[in-house]
Amino acid sequence: MERRSLSFYVLTFVFALFILFLYGPTITIAILSLQGPNGGLTFPMNGMSLHWFYDLFEQQAVGDIWGSFRRSFALGFMVMVITVVVSVMGGLAFRKKFTGSGFVFYLVITSLIIPSILISLGVGLIFNQLGWDVHWTTSGLGSQLTWTLPFGLLIMFAVFNRFDKSYEEAARDLGASPWQTIRLVVLPIIGPSLIGVALFGFTLSYDEFARTLLTAGSYNTLPLEIFGMTTNVTTPVLYALGTLTTVFSFVMIGTFLGVAVYLQKRKKRLGSDANSGLI
Amino acid sequence: MYKFLAQRNNLIGWMLASPLFIVLVLFLILPIIMIVIVSFWGATEFSIYPAFQWDNYEFLFSSSVTYSVFLKTFMYAFITWVITLILGFTIAYYLAFHIKSLTWQIALFLLCTIPFWTSNIIRMISWIPFLGRNGIANETLIGLGLISEPVEWLLFSDFAVILAFVHLYTLFMVVPIFNTMMRIDHSLLEAARDAGANGFQTLVNVIIPLCKPGIMIGSIFVVTLVMGDFITVRFMSGSQSANVGRLISNDVGLLQYPSASATAVVLLLTVLITIGIMLRFVNIRKEL
Repeated sequence: MERRSLSFYVLTFVFALFILFLYGPTITIAILSLQGPNGGLTFPMNGMSLHWFYDLFEQQAVGDIWGSFRRSFALGFMVMVITVVVSVMGGLAFRKKFTGSGFVFYLVITSLIIPSILISLGVGLIFNQLGWDVHWTTSGLGSQLTWTLPFGLLIMFAVFNRFDKSYEEAARDLGASPWQTIRLVVLPIIGPSLIGVALFGFTLSYDEFARTLLTAGSYNTLPLEIFGMTTNVTTPVLYALGTLTTVFSFVMIGTFLGVAVYLQKRKKRLGSDANSGLI
Repeated sequence: MYKFLAQRNNLIGWMLASPLFIVLVLFLILPIIMIVIVSFWGATEFSIYPAFQWDNYEFLFSSSVTYSVFLKTFMYAFITWVITLILGFTIAYYLAFHIKSLTWQIALFLLCTIPFWTSNIIRMISWIPFLGRNGIANETLIGLGLISEPVEWLLFSDFAVILAFVHLYTLFMVVPIFNTMMRIDHSLLEAARDAGANGFQTLVNVIIPLCKPGIMIGSIFVVTLVMGDFITVRFMSGSQSANVGRLISNDVGLLQYPSASATAVVLLLTVLITIGIMLRFVNIRKEL
């Protein structure tokens, strides 16, 4: 074991500061959301209470928080399912070169780096000119997919780059049809990584703002609702909502990671003796 | 036979890629085409009408606001890029080379990436109690006796905008750089040490060149995200500062879609040219 150098301690300090920088503000508004009924947007704390959280459950003067939460949740779920299915298919497609695969790849990269407001504006204009109403389940859904699919696909690229093709060859040699090979061999092996794709699909949709701005129509998603609140709400109820949303995000992330760890463990426990040799 | 196989490959490839392709055609290509078309249209106060005129572009390029706003956009992108690069590289370096156990590496890496999956808007709002007139930063500075009255430029200023950008986007730098660092063969580092290089020389002559692809991917992410942003600037500057994204969203707010479209086209071209220049230094496809 090497002795720790001075740079280790310096960098550990920098890293700790970075983590504080990342999480500090979020923790601060979590504390401030517990302000007493007369508390303001900054310290000092004016007593401690759950007043502002109760306030969230009351009839709101502005907007429709719980309706927007339900919409965001449903939309996140739809985006998640589509992202997983389409990314897996896309990942499988890109394993072999096909005519135009380079073009599709550059489309995916463009989708990732294009300023979000262009998607919002363009989709909004098309619906507008066709005389269709923008709605979160149509234009909103499609716009969000342009943001989640590239991430899903890049994860699938990384997964298939590390995928051992000899498993598939073995399945084929044993007489499996292409579909059976995918369903019984490929999908179980890449299964845990799909949790990662699902996590990206859900959370990126749940938090998406810019691409939904002009495409969600008259029913807001939660981020749009929260943004609307920032301009006319000046009480800690904003922090309470922010804290609740963040807690919800953490629960979702924890669930996804938990499932991924569980699947990995199960695979180890129930996995075959493949790869461990004959003797 | 070979030709037949190639055709079969193409068919299967396109069948599998078709859902992806269809989504991108409908919600990426068509919107871009639509924006380009509408950028030549005309607008009255209440509606837009089809036309083919260069008025929107002429107005855009004749207005001095345009140039200052584009300059500001580049300034935000450049400063944010420098800070996130230095910070992101340091964090990735620490995780990849100073943390020896894989479990700890994964745990600390996750700790850095979790905020990515939470709401950007909430994370921006979270700065209010820090930077406000009576916020924690001012209270602390006064408490330390460094200043005698609250500093006004902390919140709703360029400083706040860049702070928020760094807060939101540093992990777009950390992830790709960490990814390339994890693939560096440690025997190369030993070889450098055996050849007499000190830590700093190893960093400059071995690690940084090998991390170039990760650095470029991270840079592309940060630069495009900052250049395309409109909400961070609006929120953190308290509407006192503007970048190109805000120019577009202001026009949208006034229903001036043709003018918004023209600005959007110019923004898209600017972003693409910037990336084109950056891509001359690295081949992304090789690095995935």
